[in-house]
Amino acid sequence: MNFRMTYATAVRVLKQLHHDKRTLGLLFAVPCLLVGLLAWIYDGGIVFDQIGAPLLGIFPFIMMFVVTSVTTLRERTSGTLERLLSMPVGKLDILFGYAIAFGVVAIVQAVLVSSLAVYAFGLDIIGPQWFLILVALADAILGMALGLCASALARTEFQAVQFMPAFVLPQVLLCGLVIPVSQLPAILEAIAAFLPLTYAIEAMQLVSRESTPSVEAFQDLLIVLAFAVGAILLGAVTLRRKTK
Amino acid sequence: MHDAAIQAKQLAVTREGMPVLQDLTFSIATGRITGLIGPSGSGKTTLMRAIVGAQQISAGELTVLGLPAGHKNLRSKIGYVTQSPAVYADLTVAENIRYFGTIAGASKADIDGTLKQVDLVKQTGQVASTLSGGQRARLSLAVALVGNAELLVLDEPTVGLDPVLRRDLWALFARLARSGHTLLISSHVMDEAEQCDDLLLLRDGLLLSHTTRQALLKETGKRRVEEAFLALVEGRHA
Repeated sequence: MNFRMTYATAVRVLKQLHHDKRTLGLLFAVPCLLVGLLAWIYDGGIVFDQIGAPLLGIFPFIMMFVVTSVTTLRERTSGTLERLLSMPVGKLDILFGYAIAFGVVAIVQAVLVSSLAVYAFGLDIIGPQWFLILVALADAILGMALGLCASALARTEFQAVQFMPAFVLPQVLLCGLVIPVSQLPAILEAIAAFLPLTYAIEAMQLVSRESTPSVEAFQDLLIVLAFAVGAILLGAVTLRRKTK
Repeated sequence: MHDAAIQAKQLAVTREGMPVLQDLTFSIATGRITGLIGPSGSGKTTLMRAIVGAQQISAGELTVLGLPAGHKNLRSKIGYVTQSPAVYADLTVAENIRYFGTIAGASKADIDGTLKQVDLVKQTGQVASTLSGGQRARLSLAVALVGNAELLVLDEPTVGLDPVLRRDLWALFARLARSGHTLLISSHVMDEAEQCDDLLLLRDGLLLSHTTRQALLKETGKRRVEEAFLALVEGRHA
């Protein structure tokens, strides 16, 4: 790991986003609109309070998955990745550079969306907002890391986008948002225990109920981060300096 | 110093069961411009990718600057230009060169100097996707030059450029060779071979000839490399 190269990579990725104003707009505006829509549907009532916080964890997860799988695939197909890998840079410098850049985007997104939800739409969360943002950040990094792995399996951007429902939707269905994990059929409950989003959603549910984050909430957060680091390392394996 | 910048012994590369390079034995001298000449599909790019360590070799030996190809320590010593310009289309010229420069460990002065070398100073603030094909090719070349690597592997760097630019770039290559850099430049345009010191002629993954330009012309009794190439091909198949 080399700090200067990691930092340079993070700055480079942020500059690419900066040039792409439309993507940036979509990254920030779409989750805000969705939260607003949800508050409107449930008229700010109790259901909004129940699913508002978990959804704040799902937005960054899905968006970072899509953005990362497409950007890294573009790096693979445009030749810039092959070029970088022939230069004196570590794979982890590249990956953590990406993680930092998308982490910054995720923080801005989480601050924006959670503030809007709490202050404008009256989302009731009992716990602190910073913990909410922390979980959203962990979810973003997780989405990024899984997107990276997915991009290794895709040959075209078209395929990469198709991986989103394959990687993401099963987790969304099983994470406890649709029905509580404990009420799932036994086999599905066991599967849910192996999916990172389950823990992210549990942490979000805890922060909306508990005035100070409990040990359990921090455990959930750590589990999500552990999955993310694991996926980043798996992603590193998919970056090959040599082709057969 | 190494006498030979690149040395291949019975080098072979097989991709998906198909032999792409077969039994290549040659050595490329330090501080000279070697042209890797052959029609498209002859294995030029594969050979270059093997030299920079992006392509696994299937048999034989390939030594680059005294180390086996793909060695970690070589990454800062080789500048590589891929055939299609590998730059970030959504970044400006300056942002591209600054990023790759940092990765290559170049100083700020080197970074600024490189854009002058390839005549892109006026386009510094322009986003790469809006550059012309030739400008983008030069930006890609600048990325390979920025780290001041001792070996430059350039895959068709002058294709599609206008004649004035091509002349300027070949003058730049000659200056780089005089200052001690080794250049391996591929081309399918035989005209470009006239500019090289040494020639590696490749056809169907086989080495047709490795010689100097003068020796090739003398040996075949031709006046131009293109005619000499044809003479060699026909001689082999006759």
